[in-house]
Amino acid sequence: MKTKSILAALAIAAMAALPQAASAKDISLLNVSYDPTRELYKEINVAFAKQWKDKTGDTVTIQQSHGGSGKQARSVIDGLKADVVTLALAYDVDSLYDNGKLIPLEWQKRLPQNAAPYTSTIVFLVRKGNPWKIKDWDDLVKPGISVITPNPKTSGGARWNYLAAWAYALHKNNNDDAKAKDFVKKLFKNVPVLDTGARGSTTTFAQRGLGDVLIAWENEAYLSLAEFGADKFDVIVPTESILAEPTVSIVDKVVDSKGTRQVAEAYLNFLYTPEAQKIIAKNFYRPRDAAASSAATVKLPELTLFTIDEQFGGWRKAQKTHFDDGGTFDDIYKP
Amino acid sequence: MMTPKGMQIRRLDIDAEEPHTLGPGRARTSRPALTVVPSQVVSEMSPESDKPTGHAKPRRSTWRTPSALPGFGPTMGFTLLYLGILVLLPLAALIIKASGGTWAQFWATATAPRALAAYQLSFGAALIAAVVNLVFGVLVAWVLVRYEFPFKRLVDGLVDLPFALPTAVAGIALATLYSPKGWIGQFLDQFGIKAAYTETGVTLALIFIGLPFVVRTVQPVLQDIDPELEEAAASLGAKPWQTFVRVIGPAIMPAALTGFALAFARAVGEYGSVIFIAGNIPMKSEIAPLLIIIKLEQYDYRGAAVIGVVMLAASFLLLLGINLIQRWARTRQGEI
Amino acid sequence: MSAPRRRNSIGAGPGMRAALIGVSLLFMAVFLVLPLLSVFTEALRGGFGKYFAAILDADAIAALRLTLLVALIAVPLNMVFGVAASWAIAKFDFWGKSLLITLIDLPFSVSPVISGLIYVLLFGAQGLLGPWLQAHDIQVIFAVPGIVLATVFVTFPFVARELIPLMQEQGTEAEEAARSLGANGWQMFTRVTLPNIKWGLLYGVLLCNARAMGEFGAVSVVSGHIRGLTTTMPLHVEILYNEYNFIAAFAVASLLAFLALVTLVVKSALEWGDRQNPDEVRVAGATL
Repeated sequence: MKTKSILAALAIAAMAALPQAASAKDISLLNVSYDPTRELYKEINVAFAKQWKDKTGDTVTIQQSHGGSGKQARSVIDGLKADVVTLALAYDVDSLYDNGKLIPLEWQKRLPQNAAPYTSTIVFLVRKGNPWKIKDWDDLVKPGISVITPNPKTSGGARWNYLAAWAYALHKNNNDDAKAKDFVKKLFKNVPVLDTGARGSTTTFAQRGLGDVLIAWENEAYLSLAEFGADKFDVIVPTESILAEPTVSIVDKVVDSKGTRQVAEAYLNFLYTPEAQKIIAKNFYRPRDAAASSAATVKLPELTLFTIDEQFGGWRKAQKTHFDDGGTFDDIYKP
Repeated sequence: MMTPKGMQIRRLDIDAEEPHTLGPGRARTSRPALTVVPSQVVSEMSPESDKPTGHAKPRRSTWRTPSALPGFGPTMGFTLLYLGILVLLPLAALIIKASGGTWAQFWATATAPRALAAYQLSFGAALIAAVVNLVFGVLVAWVLVRYEFPFKRLVDGLVDLPFALPTAVAGIALATLYSPKGWIGQFLDQFGIKAAYTETGVTLALIFIGLPFVVRTVQPVLQDIDPELEEAAASLGAKPWQTFVRVIGPAIMPAALTGFALAFARAVGEYGSVIFIAGNIPMKSEIAPLLIIIKLEQYDYRGAAVIGVVMLAASFLLLLGINLIQRWARTRQGEI
Repeated sequence: MSAPRRRNSIGAGPGMRAALIGVSLLFMAVFLVLPLLSVFTEALRGGFGKYFAAILDADAIAALRLTLLVALIAVPLNMVFGVAASWAIAKFDFWGKSLLITLIDLPFSVSPVISGLIYVLLFGAQGLLGPWLQAHDIQVIFAVPGIVLATVFVTFPFVARELIPLMQEQGTEAEEAARSLGANGWQMFTRVTLPNIKWGLLYGVLLCNARAMGEFGAVSVVSGHIRGLTTTMPLHVEILYNEYNFIAAFAVASLLAFLALVTLVVKSALEWGDRQNPDEVRVAGATL
């Protein structure tokens, strides 16, 4: 008796579930991203799911995974089934091609603007009132100034910081690499703690009260003002800085095995739409679509920005020269 | 090879103490009779040959001393199987990865100046922390076993806290405490002591991590020591410290050493709690596990595995050494 | 110490006694109580409303469920192993015993980073077994099996390490006596060995469990950090911390600490109850 009624209940449940399954699908995507984009993609995902539902009737759930950019890329290489990656720098996405051919070599050409739907730059965060009168990169190498920046070996953001300082010194010294290295060496002499990630550095600076200046992503600097209170810190914009281009890509091997290529591509294309660009601007990133800037909560300042391609010949080269074992970063810590 | 002496002593012991072992109120069987056995009896009973004496059963294997107890085969088999699949096989994968290059490459990666500085910090801080924990661990165990005071049960329970608190949380909590703005940090700051983000900070975190080991290994042994022994020593005119060194010391030494070894071993590889309080400055406050992460960050799996294998080998040798000392102490103790 | 030597001959003097207790308590206060207090202080900084909101958050509950599931698999496995291994090691003499003990200790000293990495090297897409697993569509790492494996690895020695010294200390007399009285292997184990080791075993299991629930480094490597899916509680703490949600991070952390404290209280209560009723063991022995 009992089993019969259970069977009947199951049958009814199955029949009730069937028609739905035929008309609307439940799709789940995994977006593997780096640390500072948590707030951004929370909003983007809601907007995209709504748009996708209106368009196709399917329910798409986007799962998020965040962490250091390099660690995240490694997880995908090692088998984390990411449909899309949205990482801090192109080098980490390149590694998906280098290690296991998860994406094609020319992945960056598949989407507009170098596959970077938003950009940011590197600025300084100082304590309220700027007691040490920090204005530009020069001020960071002065003796006695304590600088907080994450470890370029473990943090993507820190690599942008490092390269921005390096390029500034190059421009000041007629492109003399030796002088640039000396400048960066002096800068890192002033660093008491190298946290492993950008968020760790922000916490060290903002929560623990260490350091006079934090070198940070622009979006992180403004987010810190929002999170910790605008009465505690000031954002200082140097005269020039690097154009940080966080890149995105679908992971071909995964979407082809899961059959999610169409929705994954739509997700990334969505990032370029006016709606998403406005969300991007709202989260303190620099949108590619100039019109979206009106949605921004703060007006991001104008400054001279150089790209990694024109200054360092691309990420692969910069990584090899500066951050791999035996690169310039290792040199500056040689006793 | 294991000398059969220990076994002989225990067999003698049981003859003398058989009713006692079955009927004590305490769950644990102590072995006070051990010390009363005259040493010449022991040597008579256990000649230096491999052949065990006083045993009816024929030898089943050459590497094991025969015993009257059952279940060696299945338990040992299961132990080896489980150990093999869950520990040795994965560790073999690490070694295979590390041996991917030439020996020269391995050596160059393993002995790079930065790697050497990192080993020095990791092993040095772990050693200091383990010594601190050995001293205070024995003290805390002693206090918990021998004295009654308010909230004793609470204090006893707190000892296990470092196991319970996620290491990352411990790291964050310790960094909060010892940073210049923290409860302890601001106090230390007045004396110009920088704890957080220095080698001191690393050591403090490792003391926290290893604290329960010595306490928990020494405590049960201390509980089992028969107070009569101490009374006997005292009645023979021994001063308290003499009693401690001669009677208590040897009894708790194997356990204390185990605790020390475990605290040390645990501290060497610790990452989660240390990373928040270490400054991570190359050559200065960079711990060895961070070097592994850095190698991985460059997709240098082999390099990471090499550092891992070096640390593994070092801890293995240290642990083996301590376990051998401990066994030696145990055998020697039996001969007193 | 001129105090009368009664039961304890060492440290029996009131001055010595107070000093020893004082030093121990101070050490414990600085190294244990303060960190614990700071966790709860941070957690309650925003009041109880925010505290419970953080704990009852859907992702936090998913993390709790995963943590309990992982502990529920890993702890019994290591318990069975611990008893078997300590029986073989403590009650028998054989060649290579120190080597075997050292191998059992080894997971303690392996850096959590490595403990995770070894499973990646074995089961990862680029690993030794990766291609085979992918061909059969089996997901080990970045899923529950990987998290369980890493947890079993880091908590591997706990029970065995608790029992080996205890069982060595106890020797083999009781078991041999039981055998000579005609008990079979199982009777000997359940009536003599088990009652003798039950507190050590319980300790080991509790510690194993606490560490299983609190493990961060190794699990972090094999988890994939998918929010609400493959994040255990310690990983969820990290996520919250990295979202500048410090109150919630410490709230979830305090929950872990609280769970551990509860198990310890339960243990103390059990032990106390047993002390009230010490005859139990003797009865069990006598019925043989």
